Amino acid sequence: MSNSSPSFLKSSLGKKFIMGFTGLFLISFLVVHVCINACIYFNDSGETFNMAAHFMSHNIIIRVVEVGLFIGIILHIVQALIIIMHNNKARPQKYAVQNQAVSSKWYSRSMGLLGTLLLMFLIVHLANFWVPTKIAVYTGKEQNSFEELKEVFANPIILVVYLLGIVSLFYHLLHGFQSAFQSFGLNHKKYTPFIKSFGFWYSLLICLVFASMPITLYLGLIK
Amino acid sequence: MSHGNMNLTLKIWRQNSGSEPGQLVTYPVKDISPDMSFLEMFDVLNEQLVAKNESPIVFDHDCREGICGMCSMVINGRAHGPKTGITTCQLHMRSFKDGDTIVVEPWRAQAFPVIKDLTVDRSSFERIQAKGGFISVNTGTAQDANCLPIPKDDADASFNAAACIGCGACVATCKNASAMLFVAAKVSQFALLPQGKVEATTRVKNMVAQMDAEGFGSCTNTGACEVECPKGISLENIARMNREYLVANCVS
Ligand code: SF4
Ligand code: FES
Repeated sequence: MSNSSPSFLKSSLGKKFIMGFTGLFLISFLVVHVCINACIYFNDSGETFNMAAHFMSHNIIIRVVEVGLFIGIILHIVQALIIIMHNNKARPQKYAVQNQAVSSKWYSRSMGLLGTLLLMFLIVHLANFWVPTKIAVYTGKEQNSFEELKEVFANPIILVVYLLGIVSLFYHLLHGFQSAFQSFGLNHKKYTPFIKSFGFWYSLLICLVFASMPITLYLGLIK
Repeated sequence: MSHGNMNLTLKIWRQNSGSEPGQLVTYPVKDISPDMSFLEMFDVLNEQLVAKNESPIVFDHDCREGICGMCSMVINGRAHGPKTGITTCQLHMRSFKDGDTIVVEPWRAQAFPVIKDLTVDRSSFERIQAKGGFISVNTGTAQDANCLPIPKDDADASFNAAACIGCGACVATCKNASAMLFVAAKVSQFALLPQGKVEATTRVKNMVAQMDAEGFGSCTNTGACEVECPKGISLENIARMNREYLVANCVS
């Protein structure tokens, strides 16, 4: 048999692989993010939190990883757009009746929509925190991240936007986590139930901690 | 109307040829026995149409016992109808109620163009198969049965993958019209056996390349194919193919 296949990364399987790989990379970042958020629960007027935030915005290694993170996000999005456009062409004539709910979960079919919501949330989120931090770092201004946090989350509209973003994140992760392992070829009678339940608890825990932060700050439970 | 028989409204996709547009046409059918198979109900309808000098509905079928994979119909939005683990020919009218409206459409995929009415062209599957869904063996006397020991689990998994009848329900069901489950089954049945090892690398690469070239969509792991597959082909096969593909691309 001759070998007539296109390059790995151009193939449909290679694209899935990149989606899974960048996805898991972003998932691992969430752990770091959530741990820093949790620093507010020392309830020390944000002292620990500010220390962690300062480290994240000034440490050189973190700066480099941050670039990787943006590359990861962009790759994940670009790859998703390519896959979606390709898939739309795969069924030019739609069904008059299609009963999809019986055979798959709604969120597994809505990754594009959930991802779009997440991107919109991400833009708001970056504008709220990342941009001011960058400005402060480059102008050399002293920054009290914790005070900024309280200020932003005093706004109920922002609170709602964040909670919606976190719900989208939950469902995106719920499918994405286990889906990445399937794309890597890791599916096993013995281990897959574990991967799936780990993915569920991971998604739930991460999202609960993320959600707790704006809520507690809005309610003034943490000062 | 004898006891338990049903009157139904069918809405069936009619399309003269691939180059003409089609539409759903409504046909009332009367006195359908719950013991009829879905295809027998179509036979009854077609006889009525012929008697009225109308052209009968064209649909694929052959064995009518769930082994050939021809009877492609999306019934009320589900490939092979409301039951799982069976093909359309194994579906009985007792799965419906008197007065039901049943919508019947062909498999819908770019790579499965409609030929006429409910019949689609699935030769894209054959072209994928031809790219590597075989093993090369020397002819001659058959080998002694026990000279190639195969672990029971592998033999079973290979057999289960080989149960794929190439019906295309996985493609029809998938929101992306992806052929992953079919191709994965065809790759897996050989990947698990020593006889399949020789061509393992080129097999998976060439079959995946052909799958992409045919215009099937890309898998997003929704798992719908596994649910609707009449032969219970599992998602594990897709993972195995992903693995095989990754390894094949690393070694060559
Ligand atoms: S994998 Fe299942 S649904 Fe797909 S072609 Fe084979 S038998 Fe049909
Ligand atoms: S006609 Fe052969 S499987 Fe249905």
